[in-house]
Amino acid sequence: MTSLAIPSTFDVAALRADFPILGREVNGHPLVYLDSANTSQKPRQVLDVMRAHHERHNGNVSRSVHTLGTEATLAYEGAREKVAAFVNAPAASEVVFGKNSTEAINLLAYAFSNASATPGSDPRFRLGPGDEVVISEMEHHSNIVPWQLLCERTGATLRWFAVTDEGRLDESELDTLVNERTKLVSIVHMSNILGTINDPARIVARAHEVGALVLLDGSQSVPHFPVDVQALGVDFIAFTGHKMLGPTGIGVLWGRAELLEAMPPVLGGGSMIETVTMEKSTFAPAPARFEAGTPPIVEAVGLGAAIDYLTDIGMAAVQAHEQEITAYALEALASVPTLRIFGPGVPEGRGGTISFALEGIHPHDVGQVLDDEGVEVRVGHHCARPVCVRYGVPATTRASFYVYTTTEEVDALVRGLERVRKVFG
Amino acid sequence: MQFDQLYQEIILEHYKRPHGRGLREPFGGEAHHVNPTCGDEVTIRVAVAGDKLADVSYEGMGCSISQASASVLHDLLATLPVDEAFKVHDAFVELMQGRGQVEPDEELLGDGVAFSGVARYPARVKCALLPWMAFKDAAVRAGVTVGPEVKA
Ligand SMILES: Cc1ncc(COP(=O)(O)O)c(C=O)c1O
Repeated sequence: MTSLAIPSTFDVAALRADFPILGREVNGHPLVYLDSANTSQKPRQVLDVMRAHHERHNGNVSRSVHTLGTEATLAYEGAREKVAAFVNAPAASEVVFGKNSTEAINLLAYAFSNASATPGSDPRFRLGPGDEVVISEMEHHSNIVPWQLLCERTGATLRWFAVTDEGRLDESELDTLVNERTKLVSIVHMSNILGTINDPARIVARAHEVGALVLLDGSQSVPHFPVDVQALGVDFIAFTGHKMLGPTGIGVLWGRAELLEAMPPVLGGGSMIETVTMEKSTFAPAPARFEAGTPPIVEAVGLGAAIDYLTDIGMAAVQAHEQEITAYALEALASVPTLRIFGPGVPEGRGGTISFALEGIHPHDVGQVLDDEGVEVRVGHHCARPVCVRYGVPATTRASFYVYTTTEEVDALVRGLERVRKVFG
Repeated sequence: MQFDQLYQEIILEHYKRPHGRGLREPFGGEAHHVNPTCGDEVTIRVAVAGDKLADVSYEGMGCSISQASASVLHDLLATLPVDEAFKVHDAFVELMQGRGQVEPDEELLGDGVAFSGVARYPARVKCALLPWMAFKDAAVRAGVTVGPEVKA
């Protein structure tokens, strides 16, 4: 990963003016929003596009000949094209819209499940006793539970990459973990708790060598740095609109065309069929096959607007800015007595999401005192309990940054932590 | 200021110097409760002698609110007659679920009134209630009959 090589080329103060919420106060203090890994704030440009869509172009998609239906369909499919271009997908038809990352991951898990129960289905998606799925200890619950459930249903075995003391993915067992029995490897691109950025190159090479598919959970990577699905060589990625300046209710499963074509449908209903008879239905090609029912239209349009906004800044500049903030924050946090950081202590190979503990003080109490200062951080296990167990803590406090984060906000965090230590010291 | 009502001195005192902490023998019932959103944990043991509680002992880890609440619970209930213990229990639960609208009975709740401020922070009510819910389960396991169902 590049670090600090590209100077940020945008004016953060000017950019912040695009985010109405950043102007509000919390408990009598200016809002210091350090929870973007949880959900990001939305610029006016996204809100305006969504409002304009509802006010001017609202109609259902893919099923009307009238003008509004046509405009809505163009907007919805236009968003798909923007998403495809954003991650350098070869074709827009490889982009499947859903509700969020969780649903995208579950879509793939249930495609495996359905294929496993259907004789004659594509063997790459068939799982049974003796087959293996490999994930890692640093996964979000959304990339753990669907695979646990899938393995329970099919009798396959779930295996795990470990995490090193420094918070890096431990690939030392790669060749035994990923073997001839492996059908799927699913790992996180950037950890939402440790901030670690994984380079999937070796895992992808090994997985493909043994005929396994690779899903990358891009929930924390696609919003924060340039992601090129072709360069990564993975088979699927999942990500979620609300963490990248877009609205909630829209997520993406990108998959290679040839694989999506081989996958059985998951949800059945309107819009996903080719023909329906009383005996049997046949199904539309991807992506429609995986988008049963009326999709989240305005949410997709909002995601498209968020992508326009990020593209205008440039993802390399977004990344450079966050690298600067992260380097600054790592240093500032290191100055707080008794503070321990979980995950890489250097900005290289990590993103702007920093988990930490203050010795003897529970994260709930840390978060509550910070909130009183207007500083919004997340506390808890961050839907990644295995990571907490790995480091022997029930929970952590997490500060996470984005395009609009400033060094002054990091200073406010550090001041807040001093107050925490006074109250509970 | 709301915040000072949340972290009242009494709560911080109980947190820093908990009363009656540690699991003790003998006991009639034990319960272990976890708050899945934050990982707070508490184990409560209840010992009964006739129609009185003989001891309430506990161990736990978590935030100041949940751990101070366990300490206060011990102070209030450890040797009360069973029916009175449940009166206190119900009053504490009512206070916590009252969104800050319930006037606490100081006579009944003692240091427990310090938790009134917590009721205004919905995210923290579960922390305060954790030991009390565990107490109720432990009491049932110790063979004590209890009042109507309460929802955490
Ligand atoms: C790494 C990672 N994976 C998956 C998810 C799930 O995203 P969503 O809740 O939008 O489905 C998140 C966010 O919470 C995440 O950080």
